[in-house]
Amino acid sequence: MSLLEVSGLTVRIGGRPVVDDVSFALDSGDRLGLIGASGSGKSLTALAVLGLLPDGASVSGSVRLDGTELLGLGDRELSRIRGKRIAMVFQEPQTALNPLMRIGRQISEPLRLHSGLSRRAAATEAVSLAAEVGLPDPDRLVHSYPHELSGGQRQRVGLAIGLACRPALLLADEPTTALDVTVQAGVLRLLDRLVSERNTALLFISHDLAVVHQVCRRVAVLGSGRVLEQGTVSDVVRAPQHESTRALIAAARATSWVPASREVLS
Amino acid sequence: MTAPPGPTQPPGTTQPAEATRLLEAAQLHKAYRLPRTSLFAAAARRRAVDGVDLSLVSGRHLGIVGESGSGKSTLMRLLLGLERPDAGTVTYRGTRVQPGRQEWFRREVQVVLQDPRASLDPRMTVRRIVAEPLECLRVPGDARARVAEVLTAVGLTPDMADRYPHEFSGGQRQRIAIARALAPGPKVLIGDEPLSALDVVVRSSVLALLRGLADEFGLTLVLVSHDIGVVQQLCHDVLVMKDGVVVERGECARVLSAPEHPYTQALLSAVPQLPAEAL
Repeated sequence: MSLLEVSGLTVRIGGRPVVDDVSFALDSGDRLGLIGASGSGKSLTALAVLGLLPDGASVSGSVRLDGTELLGLGDRELSRIRGKRIAMVFQEPQTALNPLMRIGRQISEPLRLHSGLSRRAAATEAVSLAAEVGLPDPDRLVHSYPHELSGGQRQRVGLAIGLACRPALLLADEPTTALDVTVQAGVLRLLDRLVSERNTALLFISHDLAVVHQVCRRVAVLGSGRVLEQGTVSDVVRAPQHESTRALIAAARATSWVPASREVLS
Repeated sequence: MTAPPGPTQPPGTTQPAEATRLLEAAQLHKAYRLPRTSLFAAAARRRAVDGVDLSLVSGRHLGIVGESGSGKSTLMRLLLGLERPDAGTVTYRGTRVQPGRQEWFRREVQVVLQDPRASLDPRMTVRRIVAEPLECLRVPGDARARVAEVLTAVGLTPDMADRYPHEFSGGQRQRIAIARALAPGPKVLIGDEPLSALDVVVRSSVLALLRGLADEFGLTLVLVSHDIGVVQQLCHDVLVMKDGVVVERGECARVLSAPEHPYTQALLSAVPQLPAEAL
């Protein structure tokens, strides 16, 4: 039995399928990149796993975590799973964080809710989490507000919140799209390290093949809500089976920086 | 052996015997006052652009790369004459560029911004949007015909002119913004991260469009971007900026494959790379 088993997942909005018969599985510590153009259904797939679909979306199929069906669970049951067993890191830390709440409280919130830590214990834990995600001067930083942090620091806070309860599964939806390249490189390295140290399963969503390649060996390519193909990054890139996959790879090639050494080698 | 399948060389690499200098900047400085932190001390200043020289040669697309806070956007605003430098000058074909109406300059140098959702007025039809620079800059000729012409040039159709921006996809909206910039028949097109809000597939098609338009209309492009891949694919020359200063400059082929400055080296080593099989 896999940690996460998604099978036949279909999401309809206004009767139109936006996620269409999507299936994949993740074991503990597994990583899967979910890649596709905008509108291909990547984000909705992740939101469906967490039961966070927008109003008016209807969902069918099955999402099992450790064998337990998540689809159809009520908010009460889901809120015991969200943040504890499955956590999510969003694209824009600017909007994902609460601008009125100090960083430390935001990091300790899932701990207080799920692990029943006292206020003081959770606050201490928040400082050590802040240190773990490489935030400078964590003792002081936990008292600041999101606007006082840089974009990269805010996304590190997002990671700290996501990983606070040591979830079995982390969903990351384009977590570095809003960041500068050098900052992105740091956040990706951090994500890579934390996830392997904790044996957390990772579903990493991006439209950028090069970014996915930094953290995942396996990818599923989405197009118009369907999984077009699944496999290792190198297999998919070497022998894409689908026209949309070929277009995605060609576009990545046409917009990516190519180091000189590669040019000479090939 | 065939040519290496590296990035496609930007077209139009052949330089006229006598290169025309279009936009030139000499020792540009611009500082902004930061918010006060103390009642008694003077507010600190941030030198956004700190002594930049550049010269845009006709037909040689220029990339300006740098990370947030490097001063690249301030430099662009100075080049566009939207901001007055504290010191230094911007000239176009030898004539001083200064903030103000400057219709002659705006006909020659146009801009495409990052987010077409913000740069296109949602209450205006595409026709009014694209024709606006023709009116404002008093460009002679049949505006209706010109709108049809530039919409076709960017891969849209003239019958789309009566629709509103929200009826288009992100990529199409950016094409509308490009059509508006082309309308007055500029010689220089400055793009401020014009491809950053687009997803990969759309990005590559708009990139190909810019390359084609530059050829077709004899445009010289200035691309202000943090996206090194896009700059490498589109530009001949590049400036690398950090803290308001140009730390390295030269031909893309050299700077982006054998960088000399430690900052350029660090920047390039941070760029995520495609799997070897994709190259």
